[in-house]
Amino acid sequence: MKGNSEKPLTERMHTDGSVVDLQTYEQAGGYQAIRKVLHAGMTPMAVTEEVKAANLRGRGGAGFQTGVKWSFVPRGKDVPNPTYLVVNGDEMEPGTFKDRLLMERDPHQLIEGAMVAAFAIEADIAYIFLRGEYTLAAERLARAIAEAYEHHYLGKNIFGAGCNLELYLHLSGGRYICGDETGLLNALEGKRANPRAKPPFPVVVGLFGKPTVVNNVETICCVPHIINNGAEWFHGLSKTNDGGTKLYGVSGKVKRPGLWELPMGTTAREIIEEHAGGMRDGLKLRGLLPGGSSTPFIVEQHLDTPMDFTEMPKAGSRLGTGTMIVLDDHTCAVGMAWNMTRFFARESCGFCTPCWSGLGWAERILRSIEDGKGKPGDLDKLAFQAKMWSPGNTFCALAPGAADPLETSMKYFREDFERHIREHRCPWS
Amino acid sequence: MLTAEEIQEIKTETAHYPKREAGCIDALKIVQRHRGWVSDESVRDIAEYLGMSATDVDSIATFYNLIFRRPVGRHVVMVCDSVSCWIMGYDRVKKHLGERLGIDHGQTTSDDRFTMLPIVCLGCCDHAPAMMVDSDLHSDLNPQKIDSALEKYK
Repeated sequence: MKGNSEKPLTERMHTDGSVVDLQTYEQAGGYQAIRKVLHAGMTPMAVTEEVKAANLRGRGGAGFQTGVKWSFVPRGKDVPNPTYLVVNGDEMEPGTFKDRLLMERDPHQLIEGAMVAAFAIEADIAYIFLRGEYTLAAERLARAIAEAYEHHYLGKNIFGAGCNLELYLHLSGGRYICGDETGLLNALEGKRANPRAKPPFPVVVGLFGKPTVVNNVETICCVPHIINNGAEWFHGLSKTNDGGTKLYGVSGKVKRPGLWELPMGTTAREIIEEHAGGMRDGLKLRGLLPGGSSTPFIVEQHLDTPMDFTEMPKAGSRLGTGTMIVLDDHTCAVGMAWNMTRFFARESCGFCTPCWSGLGWAERILRSIEDGKGKPGDLDKLAFQAKMWSPGNTFCALAPGAADPLETSMKYFREDFERHIREHRCPWS
Repeated sequence: MLTAEEIQEIKTETAHYPKREAGCIDALKIVQRHRGWVSDESVRDIAEYLGMSATDVDSIATFYNLIFRRPVGRHVVMVCDSVSCWIMGYDRVKKHLGERLGIDHGQTTSDDRFTMLPIVCLGCCDHAPAMMVDSDLHSDLNPQKIDSALEKYK
């Protein structure tokens, strides 16, 4: 695919929303990366090194370096086999709608990415774990996988190069916690999706106890382009040190909510003002969650921070999934905090006490404040609870992810909380 | 008893995994696709087929929100109540649906036509508020759009 493109992930997509089929994908240069890998004699380590050099950071939200993750996979004939690749298509982070686009519109890009990634980690079985509600993505991915098998791009001896790859699509039974990589592995094993203790990490002991790499859909979609065009080109797409483009989204009361592929490190101000058309008439921006509902709020003073994995922490937040949720001045910040805490309380897997007990408690306090029944001291209780959800007190990132938006909403919008308690009502309702 | 068709579909899925019981969630979804929900009898049948205990299968069935352990209507309306939809008018959508169908979340209309349930973010945040009816996504909802969408489901 052409190295001069500024939007490698989305440039082939049809504007009418239809799917890019195998023929169209190949005409646009698709399936050249896997051919290059297999026919030009690249080794798995060479592919891994190229992705490492590209500084492709995990687009699921954690931002871990993909090539580094791949390099941790045990290799050689004495390691347990098989090694598995799992593509995390369980997009359930509230406010996030980017992987849906990639899977619905250009499924072969994801399949080719999975092929290259599987080669790099020496896996011959791969699963795409897809959330059950993504029915159109399921239909189109299933069709694309069937097309790839028909052309012998999947299965035994792919491209005549002696490599095998079976790719299966698994449709989830629901629950947010399946998006956690170890929760996902349990779900894929047919169990309850309770996250596992780490270490051992999945790259060593993963699916069915075997070495397993779990990568997000957008991450995997970047891989063929890195192989085709090189790590240096990938860096050139970005405005910062984190390589590549990023699918940025905006939801909330802006003029044109949407999703755009832009250079990594584009600022929130540019995304909101130039791409989303600014706030709706008569509304002011009060703050935003940069990448889904488990990222901390940022406010006006942070809008010129480059939105990447390195810079966002300096603004006290995280890039997360890069799909931001905007809070306007006609929407109640307490109501929003209550909505998100209720989400996390409902989606707790029920394993760790600070999470299953504390989230429900906080949800009830927030609801009572929103209903005008808040009491002095409630904010201290909420602050104490949020502290109990910090990393290390629970197995996974669900409770810490619930603490971040709650703590930052109490920090930036404290007067709103106090006013609810003082006036015994929601001033916004 | 599982039907021959259900068994065939379950076999296709379990072939993707090194362990039979890994197909448990797939089996539950297959039975639900054929019967609308998963009864106690189906839990026992799936357990027997996969070589698991019924308790284990039930603990899995009750964990996942897309597996229904109680009967539902002919169509299931799942209304997104996550944050972007909440900002964009979930309360109005829920109120309209409630009035129109005469039910609350978790209930089924008396003619068994619709069951209404809350659902987590449907990944349709740029076209919020959103809901799913069966496997169809409906977005940019307002009362008129809700009414015309529901007409399609008899």
